[in-house]
Amino acid sequence: MEKEVIVIENATEKYAALDAFIEDHLEMAGNLIIILQEAQSIFGFLPREVTAHIAKKTGQTQAKIYGVATFYTQFRLTPIGKNLIMLCQGTACHVNGSQLIEEAVCEELEIKDGETTADGLFTLNNVACLGCCSLAPVMMIQNADGEETYGNLTKEKVVEILRGIREADTSAAS
Amino acid sequence: MRILIGQGSCGIASGAKKTADAFAHQLQVIGKNQVVVDKTGCIGICYLEPIVDVYEDDGKLTRYTKVTEDKVPRIIEEHIIGGVPVEEFIISDSGQEFLEKQTRIALKNCGLIDPENIDDYINVGGYEALKKALTQMSPEQICDEISESKLRGRGGGGFPTGRKWQQVRQQKEPVKYVVCNGDEGDPGAFMDRSIMEGDPHRMLEGMIIAGIATGSQTGYIYVRAEYPMAVHRLKVAIEQARERGFLGENILGSGVNFDIRINLGAGAFVCGEGSALTASIEGNRGMPRVKPPRTVEKGLFEKPTVLNNVETFANVPEIILYGATKFAQVGTEKSSGTKAFALTGNVNNTGLIEVPMGTTLRQVVMDIGGGVKNGKAFKAVQIGGPSGGCLTSRHLDLPLDFDSLKSVGAMIGSGGLVVMDEDTCMVSIARFFMNFTNNESCGKCVPCREGTHVMLEILDDIVEGRGTEESLDMLMDLASTISETALCGLGKTAPSPVMSTLSEFKDEYLAHVIDKRCPAKQCPGLARLVIDPVRCKGCGKCIRFCPVNAIRGSLKNPHYIDEDKCIKCKVCMESCAFDAIEYVQ
Repeated sequence: MEKEVIVIENATEKYAALDAFIEDHLEMAGNLIIILQEAQSIFGFLPREVTAHIAKKTGQTQAKIYGVATFYTQFRLTPIGKNLIMLCQGTACHVNGSQLIEEAVCEELEIKDGETTADGLFTLNNVACLGCCSLAPVMMIQNADGEETYGNLTKEKVVEILRGIREADTSAAS
Repeated sequence: MRILIGQGSCGIASGAKKTADAFAHQLQVIGKNQVVVDKTGCIGICYLEPIVDVYEDDGKLTRYTKVTEDKVPRIIEEHIIGGVPVEEFIISDSGQEFLEKQTRIALKNCGLIDPENIDDYINVGGYEALKKALTQMSPEQICDEISESKLRGRGGGGFPTGRKWQQVRQQKEPVKYVVCNGDEGDPGAFMDRSIMEGDPHRMLEGMIIAGIATGSQTGYIYVRAEYPMAVHRLKVAIEQARERGFLGENILGSGVNFDIRINLGAGAFVCGEGSALTASIEGNRGMPRVKPPRTVEKGLFEKPTVLNNVETFANVPEIILYGATKFAQVGTEKSSGTKAFALTGNVNNTGLIEVPMGTTLRQVVMDIGGGVKNGKAFKAVQIGGPSGGCLTSRHLDLPLDFDSLKSVGAMIGSGGLVVMDEDTCMVSIARFFMNFTNNESCGKCVPCREGTHVMLEILDDIVEGRGTEESLDMLMDLASTISETALCGLGKTAPSPVMSTLSEFKDEYLAHVIDKRCPAKQCPGLARLVIDPVRCKGCGKCIRFCPVNAIRGSLKNPHYIDEDKCIKCKVCMESCAFDAIEYVQ
């Protein structure tokens, strides 16, 4: 496998936060998923060196950790963009044209499901169901400010939302 | 005066948060600080969100619907200040009827109380059932009461809840667990989310009573990480219940201990299956194991475990407080009580409804649901998600309960009801579910892992025009093998959508494989692009744009498309200045 060097920003603080959490949960039965969830919320994803670190701290094998991390859709082994688009592909959304919405997102951002835009602003994830079926088609966008749900999407509306986020980001940067 | 604004996930997505902020801000500006602005859960009339309830000091309620931010100033000016309700925004009669036609037990308080305020729950009789269970009933009596109510698990299986509790109670092992399954993974179902967001204390109370009845001291709530709002409100509720002594050590001075913790599901549909769910709480890959031993004997951490879903626990306080007999009067003889359904898809009134078991499909879809959207014809209802089947117009008078549904090859599942109109392709729906289960198969047993994959390939062939009549035989063959040999419920029921659509809509499958035609005009693989010779001016633009040189014709003469070469990318269609190119079935 090709080894990619990923530099973790503020690594010392992040590891300290993770270690404190592991310390608190070391005695708890079945702690692995909870620790991985915390690690992902600290680092944004699960870099290999972090899972190795968790293995050392908890005494679990790296193989087991990798097995758990790859089983659940929540865990990511690669970094994601600033905005995570969770596009609902539930039944109600499907019946109401979620495929067309996906096409519009892919066209606008030039990425496919699971990919991140070159500027690191958006990652697209198709998800099973967000539980807002009455507003189908729906997407949820998660970023540093929390998450926002957008319902009754149309091709035009979704493009407008994405452009709005991009503009806000550009003006915040300048 | 109190203003309650429905802020479940779906209400917020409709703009309820902005409405709430506008109320709070504008009331503050005019100095009306005595008016309280609170949040509540989802009342279920999703198609009329955001919903605002204004309570006068004498308790009189005015309910406004579709209150977007811009409507706030008028309500404040005319109603809050002027004392005259804004007639125009008040809930319509049909909206009111949507609520009145229901019987609410599990969803009783959703949309009426502030879920983050324990006093709101206590004021409507909350935690009274717990007090009764602690002071007036023995654990044995609690189990008996639940058994007599004939309450059956609302998560899909329909196992008698009382019997489950009884079995766990009788285990000799001193350490036992109560687990609440809030991993609502069915695409198209959201009743559990609404309960957790709208009335979390009710579910906690049910769990605590289960703990007392079975002699367990620890409860786990396994809730989807995709439901951040539900997680937040559960955390708040647990904290408040501990403060009031309803939860934790020595509950209400009775000497009984029971505490609850939350585990976040990491996104795996299979974790709705009991043994996979407990494996996940234990920090492992969520894969089901061979049974027996059953969860009631060896569940979480190998200890006896009561595993029920959110809606089941939410029914418990009602049974304890008002008695099993009263509860069993609602519903049918073998399926007592009510069932919450998430009514979605191509239906006029989308939302969350709760009706007595045995209510007919017609009552739910046509009456409460207001019929099919845009005046289209009713085609089918998909019930029970990826494990369920479809019901057609000939099932409209079928009572919705555990056994009636089972008899027609469907299941109540968690209660997702997706209405489909005449424009829905049933083959594509079957493919949609097969794709879902194939993705979610945990990979442990071969029939499910490989079988769903092959079934999906066959369905892909059919919707893309490569299917033959033989494909249908193969589908049926695989379907029966998988349902007989798969390890867990996910695998066993994975072929259900295919089997049920194949038996109800065989002609539609045949149209796909023989005529290479999709009757609903939904399958892009079966469509073709044609140039209208009248509108085509022969400009040659499409010829230049076509990436595979599939368009022929000379200048100023109508062009035509070579179907063998065409890849249906529609570039020509977009390039045509005269709208001469059409996509037809």
